[in-house]
Amino acid sequence: MDLGPHAPFILGAYGFTVLVILALVAHAILDRRAQERALARLAQEPPRGRR
Amino acid sequence: MVHTLCRTRLRYAVLRRSSALPRGTPARYTRVMAIGLLTRLAQPGHFMRWSGALLPWVAGLAVVLLAVGQYLTWFVVPPDYQQGETVRIMYIHVPAAWMAVFFYGAMAVSALGTLIWRHPLADVAQRAAAPIGAAFTLICLVTGSLWGKPMWGTYWVWDARLTSMLVLFLIYCGLLALWRTIEDPNRAARAVAILTLVGAINLPIIKFSVNWWSTLHQPASILRMGGPTIYASMLYPLLVMIAAASVLGIALHLQAMRTEILRRRVRTLTILEAERLDAALMAPQAA
Repeated sequence: MDLGPHAPFILGAYGFTVLVILALVAHAILDRRAQERALARLAQEPPRGRR
Repeated sequence: MVHTLCRTRLRYAVLRRSSALPRGTPARYTRVMAIGLLTRLAQPGHFMRWSGALLPWVAGLAVVLLAVGQYLTWFVVPPDYQQGETVRIMYIHVPAAWMAVFFYGAMAVSALGTLIWRHPLADVAQRAAAPIGAAFTLICLVTGSLWGKPMWGTYWVWDARLTSMLVLFLIYCGLLALWRTIEDPNRAARAVAILTLVGAINLPIIKFSVNWWSTLHQPASILRMGGPTIYASMLYPLLVMIAAASVLGIALHLQAMRTEILRRRVRTLTILEAERLDAALMAPQAA
């Protein structure tokens, strides 16, 4: 497909959008994993300091 | 969800037979049932269950719609007689603009939920929506700028539509900063909710800026009296892309809300753990 003389603008716009969407998806996945790990760690920790 | 509705109906039928409910019209019972169902679905525990079941389907639908929308954008949409191939930027710019405004509208509704009903899920929904809305606003600004250079001869003009979209982006950034500034979550929720409602005045300005002022940005061409001004071969792919962006946004929002609920559980458990440790340290000193 020939995008003509404005190809850098068109591809730049799509490239930027793909980057932002991928960053949103990656953040959603990584943030969820981090919270799940933290929750699992807190659930597994023995109740320290109890007599 | 159907199961919950059935259970709610059954409960009301039992209550009705045992005269535990006051007499009233069937419409009133339907209204009470609907409110009851919504209240149940909005409880964080219930939300985690139904959103967990729904999320894979919503994400899958977003991928399918994006694939179809991109196929139509690149292989079906003809070049515009004036814009040429540059018109293809509109198939991400317009959906991004719609999502930027949609998420702010959703945040304004959530802000009312926080201030009036003090519903815990309202603040969760608002906080989860802000980064997604900001990201779509940034996409809208950058893609519009990349379209403007070849079409208008400039990346940016201080035109009412462009400026009001920039203001929307700055409001999103301000809200995200405010959440980080105030440590107490309840105080942060109220402050952010008030600021969100104040910022909502920008939404009609964005929508009607092209009518109220003389702008370089074109007037509305889809949502307007008299119907869309875009030819069908260009309009339907655009609508598919708008639907794809909407479903993708909903999937990201559901996921972000689930993560936010987990984050609050982690915070509560961490505070409880710290209080236990404090008590354990203080106990020998007291003895």
